[in-house]
Amino acid sequence: MEYAAGIDVGSTQTKAVLVDTARAIVGRVLTDTGANLKRAGQRALDELIACSSNIERGDVRFVVGTGYGRYRIEAGDAQVTEISCHARGAHMLFPGTRTVIDMGGQDTKAIKVGAEGDVLDFCMNDKCAAGTGRFLAGAADVLGLSLDAIGGISLKATKPVRMTSVCTVFVESDILSHLAQNKKIEDILAGVHEAIATRTIGLVRRVGMDPEITFTGGVARNIGMVRALEAKLGASLNVSAESQFTGALGAALFALDHVLADRCAAVGVSPEPAVWVSE
Amino acid sequence: MAAATTEKKDYRGTVHSLSRDIMTGWMTQLKEAASNGAPSAYMMISGNCVEILRCFDILPVFPEINALQLAIRKNSLPYIIKSEEIGYASDNCAYVKADIGYSLCGGVGVDGNTPKPSMIVCNFVGCNVYIKWFEHCSSMFKVPMVMLDIPFVREESPSSDDIRYVMTQLHELIAQCEQLTGKKFDLDRLRMILRDSARAERGWTRCKHLCKNRPAPFDAYFDSINMMGPINALRGTREAADFFDAVVAEYERMVADGVGVLDEEQFRIVVEGPPPYPAYRSFRNLFEKWRAVAVQSTYSTVGGTWEFGFEHDPDRPLESIAEQMIIHNLCNRSMLERYRQIRTYVEDWNADALVIHSIKSCRLFSAGQGDMREHFTRDLGVPTLMVESDLEDPRYYSEAQMKNRIDAFFESLQYKRIRKGKSDAQKIEI
Repeated sequence: MEYAAGIDVGSTQTKAVLVDTARAIVGRVLTDTGANLKRAGQRALDELIACSSNIERGDVRFVVGTGYGRYRIEAGDAQVTEISCHARGAHMLFPGTRTVIDMGGQDTKAIKVGAEGDVLDFCMNDKCAAGTGRFLAGAADVLGLSLDAIGGISLKATKPVRMTSVCTVFVESDILSHLAQNKKIEDILAGVHEAIATRTIGLVRRVGMDPEITFTGGVARNIGMVRALEAKLGASLNVSAESQFTGALGAALFALDHVLADRCAAVGVSPEPAVWVSE
Repeated sequence: MAAATTEKKDYRGTVHSLSRDIMTGWMTQLKEAASNGAPSAYMMISGNCVEILRCFDILPVFPEINALQLAIRKNSLPYIIKSEEIGYASDNCAYVKADIGYSLCGGVGVDGNTPKPSMIVCNFVGCNVYIKWFEHCSSMFKVPMVMLDIPFVREESPSSDDIRYVMTQLHELIAQCEQLTGKKFDLDRLRMILRDSARAERGWTRCKHLCKNRPAPFDAYFDSINMMGPINALRGTREAADFFDAVVAEYERMVADGVGVLDEEQFRIVVEGPPPYPAYRSFRNLFEKWRAVAVQSTYSTVGGTWEFGFEHDPDRPLESIAEQMIIHNLCNRSMLERYRQIRTYVEDWNADALVIHSIKSCRLFSAGQGDMREHFTRDLGVPTLMVESDLEDPRYYSEAQMKNRIDAFFESLQYKRIRKGKSDAQKIEI
C-alpha cells in the first residue's frame, strides 16, 4: 500500500495525519511542538508510523509540511502554507465549505474557499496575538483553570462582562479588574470569548461570510468559542472531531496528490483529480 | 505545489551601479557642504520643486532619503528609539523619528554626513505629519521655514485658482532663496534646468513602459528605488538626465534580447505602498522565490506620475512646477484617483495580481487600503494580497508571518493557473 503524510508544526502543537490512496485517514498524532521544530516534526512522523499497524516508513511515499515550522521538517518533500492546507482539509471534512475560520495558538484566519477546496481569499490577524488561542490561554492561566474547561464554563454566564481589549498581554489585568468587582467567573469567561468572536467576525467579513462556514484549529474544540462565534454570525458552524488536525489533513491531501500523480505518470494517464501538482 | 527555488539572487546590475555612482556623487556634495557651509535646504520628495533650489545652487537635502538609508542599512532602530525617548509616540511616522533621532545624535552638521540646513522648505503635498516634522527641524536648527500650502485635489484636475495660488507661493519661495543666497532669480537658468528635468522624466517614463514587455526588464517596485533617487532628488541636473538615457538604453537592450530581471517570469504583480526598507532584500526574495516581478508600483510615483504623460515645461516654468506639485504625484490626490492608477497598471501592464504593503506608522498612506483591497478583489476580480509592516521600523516586520501570507497568496494563484491550464488542455483535446 502507498500512503501520504501531512505534518503541521504549529506554534504550540504539532499535528500529523496519514491518509491512504482512497483519501481515508489511517492515522493521526498530536504532540507538543516545544523549542525544537525539527525534532517535533520528526517525532510526529515517527509516532504516526508507529501507531499505524503494518505501515513502514517506505510506504509513506510523500510528506508535506505545513505550519510555521514547515521548512524545519527534514522528512518534508514539499511545503504548503497552513492557509491552503486548512482550506483543503476543511473541504474534505465538509465539502460544502465556502468559508473557513481557523483559530490556532497565535493566528486567526478567515479563508474564502472555492468549490474544490481552493483558496479564493484570506485574511489574518496582524503581527499580534490579540484575539487568538493565546488570549484564551492567558485568560485560563489567570483564572487558574484548564484551557479545556473554560469554554464550557463560559456557557453558564448570565451577564457577560465587556472586555476592554483583546490584547493578550493586558487580558490578565482586565480579568483581575473584573474579579475585583466580584464578577462571576462564567461571566468573565463569556466576555473573553465574546471579545475574540467580535474580532474574528471582523476578519471573516473582510473575505465574505459565504455558507457553509467551517471552524478549524485547536480552538474549535472550545464549545464556548463555537457558540460565541455562532451567536455573532447568526449561523451554525461546521465543527469536526478532526478540527485540530485539519491543517495536517490538508497537507496529507496535497502529499497524496503527488503520490497519485506519480502513479498516473507511471501508467501514462492524466493525473486528474490530482490537480494541485504543478506540471 | 511547484517546488519553488530558494536560492537568493544578486539583483545588482548596470542600473544599480550607475545609480550608486550618481547618488554617491550627491552624497559627497552633502558631506562637503556639512563642513564648508554651502547653502542647503530641506525638502520632501513628494511633488517637490527641487528645480527652484537648483536655480540658486542651493543643495537639496531630503530627510526621507536619510531615513530610508538608515533603514536599508539596518541602522534605523536606535534613532527611532532616541526620538521616542524625547516623547515621540510609538505610532508616529517612523521616517520622522529616524530622522529626528539621527539629527539629535549628530548625523546632521559639521561632524555629520549631511549639512545643517540653511532653510527648511516644507512642500507639503498630501502629508500633514510632514508639517510637524519640518517645523521641528526648523526649531531644532533655528533656521527659517518656507511653508508651501498645496491644495489637495479631489477632482481629476486642479482649478486655475489652485495653480495661481501655488505659483504665488513659488514666487515667495524664490524671494526667500534670493535673500538666502544673494543671487538674482534667473528665469532662463530655470528653463534650462527644466529641460534636463523633462529629459529625465521622459527616460523614467520610457523605463516604466518597458515593463509592459514580458519578461519585464526590471522590477518596477524594488528596482525602481534605484531610479527614484535620480528622478526625485537629482532631477534638473544633466547627470540625472544622462543617467536615464543610459538606463533606457540598458532596458531597451534587455527587452530586445528577451532578457528579464527574473530568469523565468511566472507572475506579474502591481505593488501599492512603500517597501519595508529594514527587510528590503528578504522581502524581495519572498516574491522572487515565486518568480513574481512587479511590473508597476504606486510608491515609485510619490515624486511624480510622469508615466501618464506629464513633464515639466520650460516654456511654462512655474506653472508646470505648480501642476506637478498639485496633481502629477501620487499622494496629493484622492483615493479614487489611486484606484484608477492601479487599475490602469493592472490592465495595461498585464498584471496577474495586486499586492498592498500597508505601513503601520503611516496612516496617511495606508488609510483606505482595506477598502482598496475589497474594491480590487470583489468589484474588479483582481486577486489582492494585503500585508503589513513598516517602511522604517524593523519591529513591525515578522519574516515568518510575511512569508506565510505571500506563500499562501501565490499558492492560490498557482492553483488557479494549473486549473486553467488543465481546463484549456481539455478543451483542445475535445
